[in-house]
Amino acid sequence: MSTFPDLSVKIHDLNLKNPVLTASGTFGYGHEYDDFIDVNALGGVIVKATTSKHREGNPYPRMAETAMGMLNAVGLQNKGIDHFVRHIYPTLEKYNTNIIANVSDSTVEGYVEVAEKMNKLSHIAAIELNISCPNVKEGGMAFGTSCPSAIAVTQAVREVYDKTLIVKLSPNVTSIVEIALAVEAAGADALSLINTLLGMAINAETRKPVLSTITGGLSGPAIKPIALRMVWQVANAVKIPVIGIGGISGANDAIEFMLAGATAIQVGTANFIDPAVTTKIVQGIKEYMLKHRLDNLSQITGQLITS
Amino acid sequence: MEMKKQLLDLNVVSNTRLNASHHLIELSSEFPLPAMIPGQFAEVKVENQPDTYLRRPFSIHRFDHAANSMHLLIKTVGEGTKALSALKKGEILNVMLPLGKGFTLVSNKKTLLVGGGCGIAPLYFLAEQLSKRGNDVTILIGGRSATDILLQKEYQNFGRVAVSTEDGTDGEKGMVTQHSILSKGKLQFDRIYCCGPDGMMRAVAHIAERAGIICEVSLENTMACGIGACLCCVVETNQGNQCVCTEGPVFDSRELKGWTKGIEVSCTVENNSQ
Repeated sequence: MSTFPDLSVKIHDLNLKNPVLTASGTFGYGHEYDDFIDVNALGGVIVKATTSKHREGNPYPRMAETAMGMLNAVGLQNKGIDHFVRHIYPTLEKYNTNIIANVSDSTVEGYVEVAEKMNKLSHIAAIELNISCPNVKEGGMAFGTSCPSAIAVTQAVREVYDKTLIVKLSPNVTSIVEIALAVEAAGADALSLINTLLGMAINAETRKPVLSTITGGLSGPAIKPIALRMVWQVANAVKIPVIGIGGISGANDAIEFMLAGATAIQVGTANFIDPAVTTKIVQGIKEYMLKHRLDNLSQITGQLITS
Repeated sequence: MEMKKQLLDLNVVSNTRLNASHHLIELSSEFPLPAMIPGQFAEVKVENQPDTYLRRPFSIHRFDHAANSMHLLIKTVGEGTKALSALKKGEILNVMLPLGKGFTLVSNKKTLLVGGGCGIAPLYFLAEQLSKRGNDVTILIGGRSATDILLQKEYQNFGRVAVSTEDGTDGEKGMVTQHSILSKGKLQFDRIYCCGPDGMMRAVAHIAERAGIICEVSLENTMACGIGACLCCVVETNQGNQCVCTEGPVFDSRELKGWTKGIEVSCTVENNSQ
């Protein structure tokens, strides 16, 4: 017996009670939001990126506000996979929803090491391979902006990871469809897109860049139309499920991404403005389905009317 | 002490213009405000400002538990603070609070509070609470000119107030760090609390360290989430990069890397808060 309407979706082996996930790097390790929402009410949580070794990230300043968005240059600050397994993973076991680990590194061997260790953690339902972080000198986006390197890292991780493998794509490419098809062929179970767009901010008074790294990743509502276009292009090209990301701040945004072909969505920067936005989006999707008399989300995903 | 963070729609009770660029906003609610401690802050949502996407952090200027009232002291810097300074009685302000870790509240000690520019904002609530705990409180306020010295009378309720201005129009002439309290003779304080521009705080922390006095500083790094999720507001500490929003904004200056070693003890009092 399912509750009416049915918000559940399936991403390969991953059963989500609803299509609303949190984007990595915007939701910490979940507990940061416990005061504001019941995290278990979400389809899942994608936690902050984990790398093979401890990373201090980039120097401050790491953030610049922009029109309807922000630039960040955090640079994958985290304490490494061994610290994650010992100290962070136990805090995630209390959650009764899908916990998805975001995996990044500067070498293929590093990605493989993190993925192998994540594979042994029963409460990590899936991993999202981050080949699209624009804020690190080596690795990150470098893997996601050329087909051969995207294939190499996806294949290597696929060999050691048994559960659902999501690959997060970079928009900083000439053809995201080419990368998507390459990653699909290399063994990805699903794709998530888009990561941040490479951007820049300058202080005219001081004539200096705002960010310590000069360039950074743009996120927020400002990037939504680009993300929507890329999700639509990729969803039309691949057979595996697509998870839409990019400026989603309300249920309407989420539905637009699903109409463009997304099976699920991730909410990122909007969490910073309203820490309860994710649960509001779940409720808003439910209301949309009731209003339009829809039983399940397959009646929305990819149902864009173009003629 | 972990305090539950809340997201609240508060009513604007009053908005008082203090000088050309500072406003004092009183907020209340039909529901009880959560307990707060001096040094903690609120993330405020700015409505109808397309260029102001993120919340704005402001320290809790005053909090009156019995009256269920709180105040924010706002300096107009950009579009966001301009919109906030125009708030009218009866309007609603969405705030997330209480955030961060506050100042250490000692008892029966000799304390010095140093504020530069808008940095006096958290010191009102702090001075009040320190005074309640039997501390001897001295408040040193610095600014460019007499018009920058805010709420002098109000601070006098909690202790001695000393002033320094760069142009000499009020109190001693010079930088706050050149004031006789900090520059003449042996410093007779058990603890120093400081909030203001980065250079001023570093200089005060340096003076405190040389005198062997603990100095707590309140940082105002630009931030996004305010709850330790985005890792944008980090400061380099002895334990590596830490979020100002959750591990601070108040830090023991000795915890901050490169803060108290080899700093020039001269700086201008200017405020860079957004």
